[in-house]
Order: sequence, then C-alpha cells, then structure tokens
Amino acid sequence: MNDKMILLLGGVFALLAAASVVGFALSRRKPSETVTNLNARIKAWWAMVAVFALAFLVGKELTIALFALTSFWCLREFLSITPTRPEDHRAVAFAFYLFIPLQYWLIWDGWQSLFAILIPVWAFLLLPVLAVLKGETEDFMARTARIQWALMLCVFCVSHAPALLILHVPGFAGQNFLLLFFLITVVQLSDVLQYVFGKLFGRHKIAPRVSPAKTWEGLIGGGLAATAVGAGLWWITPFAPWQAALMALAIVLAGFAGGLVLSAVKRSLGAKDWGTMIEGHGGALDRMDSVSFAAPVFFHLTNYFFAA
Amino acid sequence: MIGALLRAATRFLVGGHARWQGCAPSSAQRIYFANHSSHLDTLILWAALPEDLRPTTHPVAAQDYWGKGRLRRHIATKVLNAVLVDRSTRHDPLAPLRAALDRGHSLILFPEGTRSSATEPGRFKGGLHHLARDYPAVELVPVHLTNLARAYPKGAILPAPIVCTASFGAPIALAADETKPAFLERARQAVRTLGDVQ
Repeated sequence: MNDKMILLLGGVFALLAAASVVGFALSRRKPSETVTNLNARIKAWWAMVAVFALAFLVGKELTIALFALTSFWCLREFLSITPTRPEDHRAVAFAFYLFIPLQYWLIWDGWQSLFAILIPVWAFLLLPVLAVLKGETEDFMARTARIQWALMLCVFCVSHAPALLILHVPGFAGQNFLLLFFLITVVQLSDVLQYVFGKLFGRHKIAPRVSPAKTWEGLIGGGLAATAVGAGLWWITPFAPWQAALMALAIVLAGFAGGLVLSAVKRSLGAKDWGTMIEGHGGALDRMDSVSFAAPVFFHLTNYFFAA
Repeated sequence: MIGALLRAATRFLVGGHARWQGCAPSSAQRIYFANHSSHLDTLILWAALPEDLRPTTHPVAAQDYWGKGRLRRHIATKVLNAVLVDRSTRHDPLAPLRAALDRGHSLILFPEGTRSSATEPGRFKGGLHHLARDYPAVELVPVHLTNLARAYPKGAILPAPIVCTASFGAPIALAADETKPAFLERARQAVRTLGDVQ
C-alpha cells in the first residue's frame, strides 16, 4: 500500500511538474489572461496536493480533520452569500458548531448507521425548531430550506469522501486511502480535462445561462479521458478494470452534475465565484462542487457492490 | 498578543474584509461612522483598517458593555484603543471624543447609539452633527457593515461563521446652511446606499 501510494504521489508530482514547466513556457512565449489564470491554478494545485500527501502520511485523523475544515469553509462561503435572517442565527450556529464536529466524529468512530442519517434526519428536524422559536414567519420555509441545503451539500455530501476510509471491503483492509485517492483524482482530473477539451474543441454549450464554459465537446472529451485514467488505475482499487471504468464514469457524471447544479445555485444568489480563498480557483466550493455530488455516489456504489 | 489572536479569530470566523469604495485608506484625521447591529461591529471595523492606522483610530464604545469585566475592558481599552462613553451621564458624553480629536486622532462612531435589528440603519443621534460642526477639517467617512446581524445578532452567545465586510464610502461634509436633521438624514442615507451596492 505504501509502495503504491508513493508511486501515485510521485506520478502526481511529475504531472504537476510537467504542467508547471508548460505553464512557465506559455507565460514566456505568449502571456495572456488565460495563461495567468492557468498558472495560478497550477500553483494552487501544488498546495492542495502537498496537503493531501501530508494527510496521507499522518493518517486517518488528519485526513478527517482536513475534510472537516473544508466543510467548515464551504459552509461559511455558502451561508455568507445566502439570505438568511438574524432569527436563523441559532440554527446556523448549530449547523457549524454541532453538526460539523459530530458528522466527522462519527466517521472517526466508524459509526456508519448514524453517519448516514445525522444530517438528513436529525439536523432536518432540529434546525427548523431552533429557528421557529424566534417567532419570525417571514420567508420561513425558504430560510429553513437554504440552511438544510447548505448543510447537506457542504457537510453531509463532502463528508462521504473521508468516509471511504471506514468501508470494510474484503481483501482490501488497510488500503482504503487508495479509494479516496481514486475518487479525488478522477473528479479533479475530470474537471481539468473538461476545461481543456472545452477550450480546445468546445462549440456546443450545454447550458449557456447556467455555466457558459461547459460544452458537450468538453464533457464528452474530458469525461472519457478521465474515465480512461480511472480505468487505468484499477490496480490500486478493489475493482476489475471494467468495474473501475464504470466507477470512474459514475464519478465523472456525478461530478459534472454537481458543478452544473451548484453553478445554478451560485447564479441564483447573484455571485460569480463562491469566494476568494484559493487563488485562480475562486472559493473552496468552486473546487468542491463536483466532489460534493461525486463522493456520496462513489461511496454508496462501493458500499453496495463491494463492502462487506 | 491578544490583539493578534483576536484578529486571527475574527478573520477565521467572520472575515472582516475591507472594501474601499469611495475613498482609500489614509492617515488624514477622520470620523468613520457606521450602522450598528452587533457587538462585533467594533471588532470588524477595527480589523478592516490597515495596521498603521489602528493605533490612532479609536472606536467609540459603550461603557456599559465594553467596560464590564476585566477581559472585556482590557480588550476595549488596550487592544481596540476604544474610547468608552457613559451613555447615562448628565455631563457632556462627547467630552472623551473631543479629547481624542483634539489630539489629532480618528474616531469610529455608531451614530444610531444602539444596536438595531432592522435591515436599514435607524435614526442617527445628534453627536455626529456636533462633531462635524466643531471639527470641520475632519473627514466624515460613511461605512456600511454587512452581515453582522446574521453573524452575531442581539442576544446570541457565539458568533456564527458568516463573512462580514466593511464598505467605506466617499467622505461627506456638513454644508454651510444645512440643518441638523437634514445633515443627520443625509449621513444615514450615505451609509444605507453603501449597503445596496454589493
């Protein structure tokens, strides 16, 4: 497992090094805004990969803590531009201070049954009660729905990525970090490749009002390429090559759907980016939108077909 | 040390970023006046100012809240450099403010006097007018604080992590023939309209 992981991280470093060289050459030969943005993205990638490598080296606790922090950041971004009222403060505070720590503690503890219902059931019932006690009925249903949606997406969905670490896949014990690596690699590569294919061959927009950069050429080209890479990674997973390909395809499609849906949410709130945290990438949610949809899909497919 | 911790916690939880829309940061003597909806207001505005302006800029804070308890009092007077005002005094409550202005320092003022939970700033009290009249050389900078009431409303125990921003507008001045109510309303509108452009 360590050998595989070192090999994989080496591969990622080599890939990023190559991208950095190309980015540097481009900035020298024909500088443009796209190239500047590309280089900012590559730089941010280095930081994210370094954090990911560190999480792997230190272990499960740090990985869970990092995803909890990511959830915190995404939820903060989401609720900051979402119109709630001062009367929702208690519900919002509980979402941050109770449900984020509890959800991630359940992963650490391996309490899978409660992990799966904490937010869809318990938070769903508790949060509106906290808000209703303030007695403000204006927009009540919309306010409640916004907070629940934010929590589902930023905490519940995102937490399914580190939850891969607690699945019991027969014959795969102690190697679950590779499942997480598989998920993140396919999702992020799919995002990048769709962007690249879209820039090179993009003609037919899928939903111009929602996300003008998304094209059929980008989705098909980038999606198939990412699926191929996922299939090529079958040897690090408990899957056969054809199963790895289907899993990667499911991740690509779910990730694409997440990007599209969250783009519509963002636009309905009147924003272009979720925030300014990661240079060149917009906010944390701009990077996590596809993960938030892909993680639960991949988690449950793996759990249903492969886990004991 | 407490200042650095406080600033780090503020950034982490509620942001407190500045948007200089109508003016740039400057060491000119100023009175910043802002809408007031939360005890965090003072902290956010303080954190939004550039570091070199903080030692000579004093938030005006209510004695009955910020003067209570040793830690809070220490933060108010030593870290935030606040000028504490006794809201119940029969003497001139503006005296400590004038003292700071006489030293050439700047002030942060919440002219509503108390926290309001409405989305628009409430009626401004007269203090801003008195200071504008007596210190005509001081720039009056409107500031709109966004999201504070959602992050830390009246009666809340902990602030919720919602990003708050401070938008700084173009300075206004008291016109020669302007009445007190007209000036105060104009000042209020200057703060309110800053909140519209996001």
